[in-house]
Amino acid sequence: MTVHETPSGEIVPLVRISNVWKKRGANVVLKGVNLVAHQGTVVCLLGPSGAGKSTLLRCINAIELPDRGMIHLDGVAIGCRQEGDKFIRLSEREVSRQRADIGMVFQNFNLFPHMSVLENIIDAPMRVRGEGRAAATQRAHDLLGRVGLADKAKAYPRHLSGGQQQRIAIARALAMQPKLMLFDEPTSALDPHLTDEVLDVMKGLAGAGMTMIVVTHEVAFARQVGDVAAIMADGVIIEAGPARDVLTRPQDPRTRKFLAKSLQKQQE
Amino acid sequence: MTTNAATEAPDWPGPHASPERIVDPPHWGRWVALAAVVVGLAWIAYQLITNPGFQWDIVGRYLFDPIVLRGVAMTIQLTVLVMAIGVVVGVLVGLMRMSRDPLLNFCAHGFVWFFRGTPVLVQLVFWYNLAALFPQLSFGIPFDGPKFFEVSATAAISSFTAALLGLGLNEGAYMAEIIRAGLLSIDAGQTEASKALGHRPWQTFRVVVLPQAMKAIVPPTGNQFIGMLKYTSIASVVALHELMHSVETIYSRTYETMPLLIVAALWYLFMVSVLSVVQHFIERHYLKGWQAEVHTPLQS
Ligand SMILES: Nc1ncnc2c1ncn2[C@@H]1O[C@H](COP(=O)(O)OP(=O)(O)OP(=O)(O)O)[C@@H](O)[C@H]1O
Ligand SMILES: [Mg+2]
Repeated sequence: MTVHETPSGEIVPLVRISNVWKKRGANVVLKGVNLVAHQGTVVCLLGPSGAGKSTLLRCINAIELPDRGMIHLDGVAIGCRQEGDKFIRLSEREVSRQRADIGMVFQNFNLFPHMSVLENIIDAPMRVRGEGRAAATQRAHDLLGRVGLADKAKAYPRHLSGGQQQRIAIARALAMQPKLMLFDEPTSALDPHLTDEVLDVMKGLAGAGMTMIVVTHEVAFARQVGDVAAIMADGVIIEAGPARDVLTRPQDPRTRKFLAKSLQKQQE
Repeated sequence: MTTNAATEAPDWPGPHASPERIVDPPHWGRWVALAAVVVGLAWIAYQLITNPGFQWDIVGRYLFDPIVLRGVAMTIQLTVLVMAIGVVVGVLVGLMRMSRDPLLNFCAHGFVWFFRGTPVLVQLVFWYNLAALFPQLSFGIPFDGPKFFEVSATAAISSFTAALLGLGLNEGAYMAEIIRAGLLSIDAGQTEASKALGHRPWQTFRVVVLPQAMKAIVPPTGNQFIGMLKYTSIASVVALHELMHSVETIYSRTYETMPLLIVAALWYLFMVSVLSVVQHFIERHYLKGWQAEVHTPLQS
């Protein structure tokens, strides 16, 4: 685990989200969000529907750009560059280079249906990173083995179960060798049995030292795997800290209410 | 797990092994319909052979007549070029219409509005008679600025160019809508996933969005292509000798109208058949990974 330090000895987090504001149409979705994710840690983002979790995640890999505030990855501003006291939006081309270093896994998988599993995985490493086919294919097979789907390289996404599709989606993101992985409710579209197979892959990833920001409703997973838990409501982070503390002894009444509700749902 | 404790998966049973094999019910209705269709076809064939009005000997004489063949070649050439212009213009205008840039959007809207809204006949005649409006065509600074390049319009706009411009721009407006509809059919999640992998905008379009949109674009484009093949006959108004105009020139001289129209029909039918086969293979290519999963009545 490499830790970046400033000359003064301060640890620089891999991701620093500072005072991010975002409007969508008339309503303000993010209202000054601050959050950091350190190298090699898992940050779990929980909160009620409509809190702005997806929006925050989409800002981190610049699929959307915040209206105010900054997001830094490894000390580099995402989606814009500073000129004097002005922040100027980067072109899509420049942003795409930044996105290549950030893996993203979506709630509904978003595999490319017209490509086989192998093509899904090797396309971006070849096209974006300029890797050779042989090297990319080799790593794709390694990754498929890692997510337990070594025999599915030739299959098409439609012929796979949801859990299998999501594991392929994780392999596809990992093939770019990202510095950071973002997960947006990766198991919400899956039934409990399939949920576990995806969560197991994610646990393995966390164990291997990948930095991850995970939006999830799986409180048990967050407690077990998360280093940090952040609770979001109404566009702000109302509580953040070590996952075990936040999820077992929440301070904010809204967190308590949210956790009680999710526990109730899980028992049903 | 408890009832079947075999260590290996069981083999697929042989054809007679299992009494519970599921088979389709007999399709009696299909046999009745087949008989009706056969009778109908036989009657048509009988008429075609015995009715002297068709004058098959004359059809045979003109089927490979040089004038007719030249007409066929012109029709093919015009259709292919018009569709090429239509697709290129259609992609550009379709993309412009989906752009977030208000100016591009406005221009594309205006283009589609104008070329879909005016009759092709008028557009053809307009291009053909451009010389009357602008005797000199020039390339340079507008509003009487310096000119870099100048030709006389009568020389530049032949009947072939007029047909190309008239039909091509009109087709571009229709293709723009077909392409836009195809692009709109793709889930936004696909674009997001592609962006998240670091694809540049053009890569996202070419690698992820377009190949999927093609599934929705190819069938109506095939339709346009086939329609255009026959629609090129409208170019006879600007004195272009495509297939229809060629047979017209012959039968206006010999009065063998019916057989010559059959000659034209046979050629169109032949060209359309070739196109349909091509379309089938293109569609199959873009259905990779999809397989027909839409169920409609009349399928069982
Ligand atoms: N395209 C849009 N236009 C306007 N408002 C939007 C749009 N998309 C989302 N919103 C609003 O933004 C807010 C935050 O949405 P977001 O998807 O980030 O929430 P979330 O925390 O991810 O919720 P969920 O748990 O349901 O996924 C919501 O109030 C939503 O209504
Ligand atoms: Mg969400």
